Amino acid sequence: MGFLDHMELPVLPTDKTGEGNVIVTSLDTLFNWSRLSSLWQMSFGLACCAIEMMSTAAAHYDMMRFGVIPRPSPRQSDVIIISGTVTLKMASRVKMLYEQMADPKYVISMGNCSNCGGPYWEYGYHVLRGVDRVIPVDVYIPGCPPRPEALLEGLMKLQEKVRAQGKDIEFTE
Amino acid sequence: MPEILERNIHSHSLLHASAPVHLPDRVEPKRLHTEEMVLNIGPQHPSTHGVLRLEVVLDGEVVVDVIPHIGYLHRCFEKHAENLTYPQVLPYVDRMDYIAAMSGEHGYVTAVERLLYIEVPEKVEYIRVLFAELQRIASHLIAIGTFGMDSGAFTPFLYCFRDRETILEMFEKTCGARFLYNYMWVGGLSHDLHPDVLPMCRDFLKKSRATHQEINDLLTFNHIFVERTAGIGVLDREVAINGGASGPMLRSCGVKWDIRKDDPYSIYDRFEWEVAIGSSDRGEPGDSFNRHWVRMQEWEQSLNIIEQILEQFPRQDATDVQSAIPKRLKPPEGEIYSRTETPRGELGYYIVSNGDVKPWRVKVRSPAFSNLSLLPLLSRGYLVADLIVILGSIDIVLGEVDR
Amino acid sequence: MEQLGIIERLQSAFGETLGVWHASNSESAYARRMGSFFQVSDPARLLELAFFLRDEPALAFDSLLLLSSVDHGDGSLSVVYHLESTVYRHQIVLKITRPMAQARVPSVTSVWSHANWQEREAWDMMGIRFEGHPDHRRILLEEDYPGHPLRKYFKEPDFYHGMKVPN
Repeated sequence: MGFLDHMELPVLPTDKTGEGNVIVTSLDTLFNWSRLSSLWQMSFGLACCAIEMMSTAAAHYDMMRFGVIPRPSPRQSDVIIISGTVTLKMASRVKMLYEQMADPKYVISMGNCSNCGGPYWEYGYHVLRGVDRVIPVDVYIPGCPPRPEALLEGLMKLQEKVRAQGKDIEFTE
Repeated sequence: MPEILERNIHSHSLLHASAPVHLPDRVEPKRLHTEEMVLNIGPQHPSTHGVLRLEVVLDGEVVVDVIPHIGYLHRCFEKHAENLTYPQVLPYVDRMDYIAAMSGEHGYVTAVERLLYIEVPEKVEYIRVLFAELQRIASHLIAIGTFGMDSGAFTPFLYCFRDRETILEMFEKTCGARFLYNYMWVGGLSHDLHPDVLPMCRDFLKKSRATHQEINDLLTFNHIFVERTAGIGVLDREVAINGGASGPMLRSCGVKWDIRKDDPYSIYDRFEWEVAIGSSDRGEPGDSFNRHWVRMQEWEQSLNIIEQILEQFPRQDATDVQSAIPKRLKPPEGEIYSRTETPRGELGYYIVSNGDVKPWRVKVRSPAFSNLSLLPLLSRGYLVADLIVILGSIDIVLGEVDR
Repeated sequence: MEQLGIIERLQSAFGETLGVWHASNSESAYARRMGSFFQVSDPARLLELAFFLRDEPALAFDSLLLLSSVDHGDGSLSVVYHLESTVYRHQIVLKITRPMAQARVPSVTSVWSHANWQEREAWDMMGIRFEGHPDHRRILLEEDYPGHPLRKYFKEPDFYHGMKVPN
């Protein structure tokens, strides 16, 4: 469970003397592992999807078991979930929030509205057609609104992405 | 501290001023000046319930003025309504008041049916009222839970969301959607009631009465909670009527005004229930505590209505729920203002039709918009911490405020 | 009070030139009640009329339900006031129609404070000026947003603050 599953190199056996507790791994893997298991989310709700995000955080779906803890400040958070329609008035604020977050930072675009404008795609004179016009997005979750299960799936996809981070560079060089 | 106290008292007398009323620009001159500070709350803030921005002018910790900035979620509902046919507007209605989507749909279909003179089958009316009342409970659960969070209690939030899931499950069984349903169509419903729903409802009634008691013990009559909310953000009844307040906000001032009773629609005249109003048992009428208390009572009254629906429900009626849906939806030229009672208050639709398949103009009277416009009046003279409580007690949904 | 009674009361106080009563010939009772309206011909007398409607004890229209604006598509704009008395439970609809170039009506914020945000919204969406409004700003859109989007011939901007708007 957890830590041992993610290690690429075997854990050396020990003889319970306390001398041989050594885990050999690359620094990248260790960093990625710790990042993906404590993705602190910025508690930031935009629209309808925010209520589903709240449902996901509440007792029934319990987002915290993935290490996702809502933080009120962008400076302390690793992932921002764009949960709802981004309007033109809000877009500059979303961008500013994203810029305030410390690296490494990830973006989940939750719901059709923030993916592409959703149902407001055609006549929405005040709707930004896709949050990716202002900030880069890591994971897109479709749905209007996505079910809590879909949000959890999106989070796990993001964890996979974080786990593979830096790996391709390591192998190509 | 006595200075703050005095100002609180003074601002009360300001609010109790009788008509003619209009919003005063600033609070009265102060005796002891400190430098005024402007504090910005939002649009990203955990307790603004969405993307609301408040510009707060502070003197020390006392709120001198609040200027709400809205429109961060303006999704052009009215423009969409003009460009789509009458049934196509429904999904956008859902997304407007997203916490109480069923209630919003009920208001819209009632308006269009009145414009078209459609009579819907009795069974459809029963299902609609059942779902509207369940939705009212679900919405009040969110309001109560988040209000608890705003005033420093986290546990009720989890309890409320747990109960809300039961209601959403019933909706999901019937129409397939958890949250935004597109269930009530003009003249009918998208699906018949799922056979499991009525037994589930009966279970839910029992459980929900227990939860109601639990939340009352845990939150409503909790001494800390009462101290935190009673006498905070007092709204006078004349000011409320003049300022366009509706729903729990108006009823908490002691005004017995509920569209379900006073301008009945659907089949609400068949049920026996009480209109909940604020009292002076704890706090005073029109304060934050009474707004919460009215919601708690409405929860109970909704359960009573549901109980009566379960008794009266035409189980043998095999009417197709889509039988009254018109094939071609083209209302005659004319206009209508139709209103219903949603969990937040009076939701009105002003629809102008020019005889086309698309409405010429749809204007929404959104209760949250009108209620929020009273926030500056409510919060002047209180502390910053009280401002959050007052805002939580109004129970706004930004999707509806901005539309 | 019946709606015709209200109109008679108004005309006896203000004279016949105040406006025209449009009765709805709709079949449904509800649409008849709400679909009829009183067209005010002289905007200059609106404020006077509003105060009269609110303060006259027999009328007591203490609540403004909704203030809406309509673009008729022929170069004229309307402001529609839905009024209700919580004392007598009667309702009335007032309408003022103005050509687009002179879209100005007096503000009724001093009569019903509910009109404050509603009028700001009508200015924002439809571009109707309300003279004497205490806080005449846009409410939903930013101050620099080009145009008033609910007018029928509104075209959305291509770019806004460097962001591409249309598809």
